[in-house]
Amino acid sequence: MTVRICATAAEAVADVADGATVLIGGFGMAGMPVQLIDALIEQGASDLTVVNNNAGNGDAGLAALLAKGRVRKMICSFPRQKDSWVFDGLYREGKVELELVPQGNLAERMRAAGAGIGAFFCPTGVGTPLAEGKETREIDGRTYVLEYPIRGDVALVGAYRADRMGNVVYRKTARNFGPVMATAAATTIVQVAEVVETGELDPEAVVTPSIYVDRIVAV
Amino acid sequence: MSQDKALSKDEMAALVAKDIPQGSFVNLGIGQPTLVADFLPEGSGVVLHTENGMLNMGPAATEDEVDPDLTNAGKIPVTELPGASYFHHADSFAMMRGGHLDVCVLGAFQVSATGDLANWHTGAPDAIPAVGGAMDLAIGAKSVFVMMTLFAKDGTPKLVPGCTYPLTGVGCVDRVYTDVATFDITPDGVVVTDTFGISYDELADRLEVPLSQG
Repeated sequence: MTVRICATAAEAVADVADGATVLIGGFGMAGMPVQLIDALIEQGASDLTVVNNNAGNGDAGLAALLAKGRVRKMICSFPRQKDSWVFDGLYREGKVELELVPQGNLAERMRAAGAGIGAFFCPTGVGTPLAEGKETREIDGRTYVLEYPIRGDVALVGAYRADRMGNVVYRKTARNFGPVMATAAATTIVQVAEVVETGELDPEAVVTPSIYVDRIVAV
Repeated sequence: MSQDKALSKDEMAALVAKDIPQGSFVNLGIGQPTLVADFLPEGSGVVLHTENGMLNMGPAATEDEVDPDLTNAGKIPVTELPGASYFHHADSFAMMRGGHLDVCVLGAFQVSATGDLANWHTGAPDAIPAVGGAMDLAIGAKSVFVMMTLFAKDGTPKLVPGCTYPLTGVGCVDRVYTDVATFDITPDGVVVTDTFGISYDELADRLEVPLSQG
């Protein structure tokens, strides 16, 4: 499918359904697709399961989506931060569910989803509460926990530049979860600072190849 | 080298920095362990890894260097050194799990005599748990160093026979740096390698963990 270059963030997120699982890029605010999230708030989809490393910072972006009560469940590794007051309040009031996942498992479970892996044995978390109830196996003398993929209906990714084919490059540590999330969702929507003509990105430097990208919007 | 008073945070960080082998790939987690970076000697060749996808991370950014796209694991703006590289999260954690990192330095609530680590959750009913990359680092890095005060504010030891807080990793800690003593966690037990402002006998008396003198 050819990538669609959207005129607005609103157009890009117009069909996100209630109850969708939405993978949202960013580590703190670095790489967070704030304009796409704002458009999603405007669009009104609710009862969402959101996957992000954190659970919102300050009052913008993911924190704003949470504040509107649109998120039923957060899947993340590090919700509690000094500026996560929105999530903290909702969690304490029992208004949002939390699935806590070690950060590497969060990334690898989405990588598995995008790579067609059914499940994988991982050494992280063995003997801890986060592995309780999960299948384990000893392989070459080491214990591993069986971890399943996390698939998204939609991925919202914040990147730097895209060409009109949908090839994407990122900037510095704002790359973080973007490339993995782009592979793991049925529909991947990328916001960039700039859309350039096809051929202007160095093919050797492309991080997310166009095959993973469905919609691009310059913000 | 024993000294007659407890170490400051900076002195602990300097001690850790001194023990990091030349040219190591090192992750300093978040919070107090990041102080270690300030004490790595010029020309140490140490390459700092940050979990959010970078090798050869530089020092914290000063005012005009601040770039919202360039932060460390604690979301503090940092800089890049020549030879830096960026990669995505799955690669970053593959570096940990895959055994490519030489050393990581973590904080802790408790460390057990067999090297179990508890550093992510107090287990208190009203606490919001947050784990981040701690579990991946704990089981991934070749050497895991812990930096903590030896006693909690109420005087309770944090080096314990068995952790009472929820675990981060099992049998993963190799060395513990505290304000009053340093310890090696070995297959033969806990070895006291140095003391600061406390005698070995007093240490042995205040801890419930069997110790030997290194």
